[in-house]
Amino acid sequence: MRNRLFGAIGLGAVALLLGSCSGDLPQNTFDPAGPVAQKQADLIIPVLWVAAGVFVLVEGGIVLIALKYRHRKGEERTPPQTHGNTRLEIGWTIAPALILAFVMVPTVGLIWELSERPADAMHVTVKGYQWWWGFEYTDPEMTVGYGSSGPIVTADTLVVPVGQTVDLSLEAVGGGARDAEGEADHAVIHSFWTPRLFGKQDVVPGHEGNIVFSADEPGTYWGQCAEFCGLQHGRMWFRVVVLDEAAWAAWVANEKTPGAEPSSALARQGMDLFLNGEFDGGQCIACHAVGGTEAGGIAAPDLTHFAAPTHECFAGCNWDTFVNGEPNLDDLKAWLRDPGAVKLGAKMPDYGLSEDEIDAIAAYLYSLT
Amino acid sequence: MASVSVVAPSKGLVRRPMATGGFWSWFTTVDHKKIGIMYGISAFVFFVIGGLEALLIRAQLYQPDGTLLNADQYNQIFTTHGITMVFLFVMPMAAAFFNYLIPLMIGARDVAFPRLNAFSFWAFILGAMFLYSSAFLGGLPNCGWFCYAPNSTTDPTSGATFYALGLLIAGIASTVGAVNLAVTVINLRAPGMSLFRVPVLVWMGLVVQLLLVFSLPIITVALFQLLFDRRFNTAFFDPTRGGEPLLWQHMFWLFGHPEVYVLILPAFAIFSEILPVFSRKPLFGYQFVVFSGIAIGFIGFGVWAHHMYAAGLGPVANTAFGISTAIIGVPTGIKIFNWMATMYKGDLRLQSPMLFCIGGIMMFVIGGLSGVTHSIVPSDYQQTDTYYVVAHFHYVIFGGGVFAFFGGLVYWWPKVFARMFPERLSKLVFWLMLIGFNLTFGPMHILGLGGMIRRTYTYPEGLGLTLWNQLATVGSFIIALSVAIFALGAIASFRKPKGLANEDPWDARTLEWMTACPPAAHNFDEIPTVHALDEFWHRKYAEDKEGRLVRVPAGASDHEPDGHGVALAIHLPSPSFWPLVAALGLPVMSYGVIYSWWLIGIGAIITVTALMGWAMEPSVAEEH
Repeated sequence: MRNRLFGAIGLGAVALLLGSCSGDLPQNTFDPAGPVAQKQADLIIPVLWVAAGVFVLVEGGIVLIALKYRHRKGEERTPPQTHGNTRLEIGWTIAPALILAFVMVPTVGLIWELSERPADAMHVTVKGYQWWWGFEYTDPEMTVGYGSSGPIVTADTLVVPVGQTVDLSLEAVGGGARDAEGEADHAVIHSFWTPRLFGKQDVVPGHEGNIVFSADEPGTYWGQCAEFCGLQHGRMWFRVVVLDEAAWAAWVANEKTPGAEPSSALARQGMDLFLNGEFDGGQCIACHAVGGTEAGGIAAPDLTHFAAPTHECFAGCNWDTFVNGEPNLDDLKAWLRDPGAVKLGAKMPDYGLSEDEIDAIAAYLYSLT
Repeated sequence: MASVSVVAPSKGLVRRPMATGGFWSWFTTVDHKKIGIMYGISAFVFFVIGGLEALLIRAQLYQPDGTLLNADQYNQIFTTHGITMVFLFVMPMAAAFFNYLIPLMIGARDVAFPRLNAFSFWAFILGAMFLYSSAFLGGLPNCGWFCYAPNSTTDPTSGATFYALGLLIAGIASTVGAVNLAVTVINLRAPGMSLFRVPVLVWMGLVVQLLLVFSLPIITVALFQLLFDRRFNTAFFDPTRGGEPLLWQHMFWLFGHPEVYVLILPAFAIFSEILPVFSRKPLFGYQFVVFSGIAIGFIGFGVWAHHMYAAGLGPVANTAFGISTAIIGVPTGIKIFNWMATMYKGDLRLQSPMLFCIGGIMMFVIGGLSGVTHSIVPSDYQQTDTYYVVAHFHYVIFGGGVFAFFGGLVYWWPKVFARMFPERLSKLVFWLMLIGFNLTFGPMHILGLGGMIRRTYTYPEGLGLTLWNQLATVGSFIIALSVAIFALGAIASFRKPKGLANEDPWDARTLEWMTACPPAAHNFDEIPTVHALDEFWHRKYAEDKEGRLVRVPAGASDHEPDGHGVALAIHLPSPSFWPLVAALGLPVMSYGVIYSWWLIGIGAIITVTALMGWAMEPSVAEEH
C-alpha cells in the first residue's frame, strides 16, 4: 500500500541523512563535532532503530490484516465475534512498557551527565538580544589590557579553542537599543543552539541557563536562536569559531589590545564620524563600543575587532563580514543605509547617512582588525 | 416536523421565537443536531481558512530566503494557523461530532442544557470572529499559539491582546459546552444503558469534556495574567519587577498538554466506532480501550514540562517528565493493538470511512513513535523547537485527527443529511490526502534533524534544507486539492434528492442508527431500553454457540427503526434567542478592554440582560 511505501521512503531518507557528509549540512544534528552532540546523537539513533522496528511490525501488521481479511465480492463470511482477550491485553501493555523502561535508563543517565559543570571549564556569558548574540569572556585571564580592563567581548561569533571545555552562562538582555519607530528591544526568551556541537538551552530573562560543551576539530559551526523571540527570530544566527592552540593564543592576544588605529584618511574620517557624529540626533557610540576609544555603548554589538577574520558575520549573521577573504563592503553599506530594509525591525534606525559618510564609516570599521 | 411559527405570549421579557424551520430558526435553535451541524460547518470553514494560511506558509518556505511574506506577515500567519487549527477547527469539529452524536448514542432527546449548548456555539463563533477582526485592527496575533511571555507581553502590536481575549471567549464556550456534555453523558442515558454499555465515542467524549473542565481554568488564569501585564502594566511575567516568565510556560502547557488529548481523543473515538462496523466484529477489548482513554486523560496532566526540557528546569524535573512522557505511550499503544485485533479475522469492508480510519491509525502510529522519542530528553535538546516537532504533531493531529474527522463525516453523512456521500469521490479524497499528507509532513522529520528551526520565516541556502521544503510545499497543495474535492463531493451529495433507500446503510451497531435519517427533532419516538453494548446490532443479530452471527428475523426484534411515528406529548426545549444575545456581549466587552471602558459596560449590560431574560424564560414554552 502506498502509505507503507512512503514510510519506507521516509526511513530511507533518514538513513541518507545519517550517512551524509558534514560539508552539505552545517546544522545536521546527526553529524556531531563535539562530545555533547555526539552523546545526544548516540542516544537517539538506537531509539530510532527500535522505533523503526515497531513501525514495520505495526504498520506491516495493519496492512497485512487489511489485505488478508478484506471483503471480497460475492463472498459470504461471518467473522468470529471475539470481544477481547485479557492475556493479550496484559501482554501488549507490558511489552511496550518494558521497551520504554529499557530506553529510559541511558536517557536518565545522560540527563544528569549533561547537567554537570566541570571545574576546569572556560567561562563565557552568552547574551541574547533582539535579534543577535553577544559573548563575554568572564575568566580573569580573559580581561583586556586597556580602558577599564573589562572582559573580552565579541558579537555574532563565539570563538573557542579546540578541545577546551566551555561553560556558557546564558542571559537575556534588552532595553537599550531602539528601532526607527522608537520601539526598544526587550529581554525575551531565546534558545541557544549549535546543532553539531550541542542541543538547545533556553535563555530565560531572570534565569541563568547554562551549557557545557567542547569541540573536537577546528572549524566554523553554525547556530541560531531556536525559541520564538519576536519579529526576526528566523534570522537570529551566530557561529562558533573553533581555533587550534596557536590561532587561539594569537586571537586572545589580539582581543586584549584595542582595534588598530585607522591608517587611511578615509578611515580616519570614518572614525571621527563614528566617535563624534550626530545623525538625526543619534550617535554611533550611544549603543556601540570600540575598545580603546571613548565609544562605550553596550546596547548594540561591540565593534572593537569588527574586521578580525574570526568575526565572520554580522547583524545576527545576516551577512558575512568577508567574502572570499575580502571585506564585504556591499552588505555593510546596505546595512548602514537602512538597517530595517535589510532586516525588518532591526533595532538600529536608519540615520539618513550620506553615501560619503557611509563610505568613511565602512572604511573605519574594516580597519578595526 | 413542519415549521411552526406560533408566537407564544411568554412570561419572559419579549416575545419568544417559536419557528423550528427556516433561515432564522438557526439563530434561535437549541436542537443539539442543528447546533452540531453549525459547529461542523463553522469548523470546516475554519479548516479551509487555516489551510489557506498553511499554503501561504508553505509557499513562503518553498525556497531559501523566500520573499512572498515578510517576517511580520509570516509571524501573524503561522500564529493564526496554529490558533485556527487548534481552537477553531479541531475543537469545534470534535464538538460537532459530540453534540450531534452523544444524545443519539445514549438514547436522549437532547443535551442536558439545550440553551447553554446554543450559547457555547455562539460564544465560540463570536470569539473566533473577534480574533480574526484583529486582522483589520493592527494585525493578527503574532506571538505563536503558545504566546510565550515576555515576548508576548512586550510586543508593541495588539496581536497578543486579541489572542488573550479571543481565547478567553473561546474558553468560556468550551467550558460551558464541556459541562453540558459531561452532565448529558452522566445523567441522560437511556434506561439500561450502564456506563459500560455506552459506545466508546461517548466515553471518549466524557473524558474530553472532563479534560476541558479541569484544564481550561488554568489557561484562563494565565490569559488574564497576560492581559493584565499588557493592559494594566502588571508584572506577572516581568523578571525585572519580580515576575517570572516560566510561570506562563507552566500554566500554558499544564493546559496545553491535556489540550493535545482533547484534540486526539475524538479521533480515537471515531476510530473505535467505525472499525467495528466495517470489520463486522465488536470492538476488541472495549473495557481496555475505555480505560486506556481514561488513563491517557489522567497521565495527560502529568507530562506538560516535556514542552520545557530546554527551559532549564533542572535534571530532576527533566527526568520526571521524560519518564511520564514514556509512560503515556503505553495506553496509547493499547488502543492501537486493540484496533488491530478488532480488524483481525474481520470481514473488512474497505469503504471510504474504513479507509480513512485505517490510514488515520497508520499515520497516528508514526506520530506516536516520534512522540515517544520526545521522552529521550538529552536528544530532545536537539529536536525540540525544530521541524521534527512540527512533523510529529501533524502526524498526530492531522494524521490521526483530521483523517478520523473525514472518515466520521462520510460515515455519519447519511445520518445527518439523508444522502450518501459520493463513495468514489471520498475514496479519491482519501488517497490524495494520504499522499499529500506524507509528502508534506514526512520530509519535516528530516528538516528538523537537519537543523531547521520552527517558526522561522526563512532559511538560508547551504543548509541542505531546500529539497525537503519543496517536497513539503508540493504535498501541501495536494492536501488542498483533496479538501477541495471533498467540498465538491459534499455539494454533489446535496444535488441528489433527500432520502435513503436504506436508513442503516453501514449495518451499524449503535443507537443513533435506530432513528430516522435525519432524526426527528425529538430523536426517538420512544426512548429505547438498552440491554447490551452495541444495542442496535444485537437487535439485528444474535451470536450462536461458536460466536458466529445469526440474523434475527425481521419483525422478531422488539424494536424497529425509530423516529418515524408521530411524537406524542414530547416536550422539547423551545427555541430562544437569549443564548445568542448573551454571547454577543462577550466580544463587545473584549473590544472595550482594548479601546474604551464604555464598551465594557455596554457589553456587560447586553450579557447580563440576556442572562436575565434567559433565566425568566421557561425552558419549554407553554402550549396553546
